[in-house]
Amino acid sequence: MIQQELKKLLVYGVFLAIILTPMLGFRSTTFEPGRVLKTLGIFMTILVLNIVVKFIRSQKKDDGKKKKPWTEVIGERINRYPKVYTLGGLLALAFAFPMFADNYMIDVGITCLIYVCLGLGLNIVVGLCGLLDLGYIAFYAVGAYTYSLLNLTFGLSFWAALPLGIVLGMIVGCIIGYPTLKMRGDYLAIVTLGFGEIVRLVLNNWDSLTAGPNGLFGMKRPALYYPSFGEDGFTWVTYYLKSLPSLYYFILVIAILTMIGVRRLDNSRIGRAWIAIREDEVAAELSGVPTIWIKLLAYALGAGFASVAGAFFAAKLSYTNPNFFLFMESCIVLCIVVLGGVGSISGIVVAAFVLIAAPEVFRGLENFRMLAFGGIMTTMMILKPEGLIPASRRRRELHADQEPPPKD
Amino acid sequence: MTNPQAILELIDVHTYYGNIHALKGISCSISKGEIACLIGANGAGKSTTLMTIFGVQRASQGKILFNGKPIQDLKPEKVAALGVSQTPEGRQIFPRMSTYENLEMGAFLRRDKDEVQKDLEWVFSLFPVLKDRMGQLGGTLSGGEQQMLAIGRALMSRPELLLLDEPSLGLAPKLVEVIFETIQQINQDSGTTIFLVEQNANMALGISDTGYVMETGKIVLTDKSSVLLESEQVKKAYLGE
Repeated sequence: MIQQELKKLLVYGVFLAIILTPMLGFRSTTFEPGRVLKTLGIFMTILVLNIVVKFIRSQKKDDGKKKKPWTEVIGERINRYPKVYTLGGLLALAFAFPMFADNYMIDVGITCLIYVCLGLGLNIVVGLCGLLDLGYIAFYAVGAYTYSLLNLTFGLSFWAALPLGIVLGMIVGCIIGYPTLKMRGDYLAIVTLGFGEIVRLVLNNWDSLTAGPNGLFGMKRPALYYPSFGEDGFTWVTYYLKSLPSLYYFILVIAILTMIGVRRLDNSRIGRAWIAIREDEVAAELSGVPTIWIKLLAYALGAGFASVAGAFFAAKLSYTNPNFFLFMESCIVLCIVVLGGVGSISGIVVAAFVLIAAPEVFRGLENFRMLAFGGIMTTMMILKPEGLIPASRRRRELHADQEPPPKD
Repeated sequence: MTNPQAILELIDVHTYYGNIHALKGISCSISKGEIACLIGANGAGKSTTLMTIFGVQRASQGKILFNGKPIQDLKPEKVAALGVSQTPEGRQIFPRMSTYENLEMGAFLRRDKDEVQKDLEWVFSLFPVLKDRMGQLGGTLSGGEQQMLAIGRALMSRPELLLLDEPSLGLAPKLVEVIFETIQQINQDSGTTIFLVEQNANMALGISDTGYVMETGKIVLTDKSSVLLESEQVKKAYLGE
């Protein structure tokens, strides 16, 4: 078996060398084999590791015992303790994070949390309702631009603009949702992809409103208000969340609220209707699910969550421009949902951190960090196609009467 | 010509799939409490008839009356709310939902939890095997169990009229017998009117009161099932004698 694998390895190596040499080796006039070797080295290491894993697995199979996958083992260990402790521990860690992290880490943390919100929002559309949306980032853009424009032209505060942004995001969600109600799978993906690009291009070209590619800047940060009893009596003091830790706490709260919201939706009648539509639309229709409304609701709610994340994003940077909302971003959000385990909230949170933090960790690889990103994705999908933490089917009300009835 | 006993009446119903004229003027009338069956060959339009009744396919012409109320323009969820329930062709259950959740989806429109629990018990008494499979995912059940689950799910909405689309499809003869016996039992237990669409003409006519024979989008014969079973025309075409 080892010989076979080594043969395969050799074939892969030659194949990669042939592809990579022209791609990386030639730089305008010079030929730099070092660059090729570096990348080749990374690939080969991954492949060798893969073989090692395979080898170890085959050895274990010989023992006749089937070992549980490591994620399940960890899951079981966590489950031994009451859920409160696990959640509490994670929460405490999340809240303590800015105290020991430097600004750069906090910034990455904020980005991760934004993507947690986006991933959870897209999870409603893709994970629960089964509608493949490749233009999801458009709603993020709608949120960002709504806040930016309302703040710059009318001076609305973050809190006043947020509900408007959510409503607008939901309306845009329905606008894209309505014409695609009868579409499924590939066709839906193409239409949503096009819609995402339309939104970006409109933002890019509507100079008079959006300032085109220059973007909008100078928005106020989100503010908190607290009462004060100074010399001139009772007043509200405005505290702008300018420092990174304060912004981090802000988005942390938003992310937690999003998690609670999505979890409650998942367990509701609407959540069941979404899953039924995903499983079988005709059968759902025959069970009396108003499929059209429920699907529109999925689009609208998903867009609403993205809109909140977008408004925060614009407020945090105090700047926005159409190039933040490229197709690539939609892809990353979709990757988060798929990698995390479709429909699984905890999986999506973990995946958001892995996928957003990983390119930062690999920053040393410079231009190749997206390559490493791709490598991680591919390896993950081979090793755990069901996602990091697969959604466990709810086992409600299945208690005592689950036992098989006595046979007469 | 309206029949006061009728729970469901179709009057000259036409349905098109694009340019294809699938139903060419169907008329029939199903009385309260009976088992009616619609038999015919592949592609005769049997399933289309059910889909049209339920509003999944829009009737382009004609009237569909449920308890005297026109329902031809209603959306499926409204038809379901009136008390019609249907098992889709080919045992379309929700594969990645547990048996329990599948049944729960059947009661999607109901809010009376206690009564739902009672109906759940009733479904389990009709199909005891479903109780053993309660926590199992629908997609992992055997063909027969999936058909039972589909019928059970349809019953969970406590329908007045139950539309069954080929419950015998792809099942072993022994299981088909069990399913048909249960269909009869459902009708006797609860008085639910059942409209059965079948290719297995012999079995369907055997348990039903009224039979309709369909050919290429038209109903060509209507009579008591016992009469149809003896009819030369039906014997030749559907019973293979």
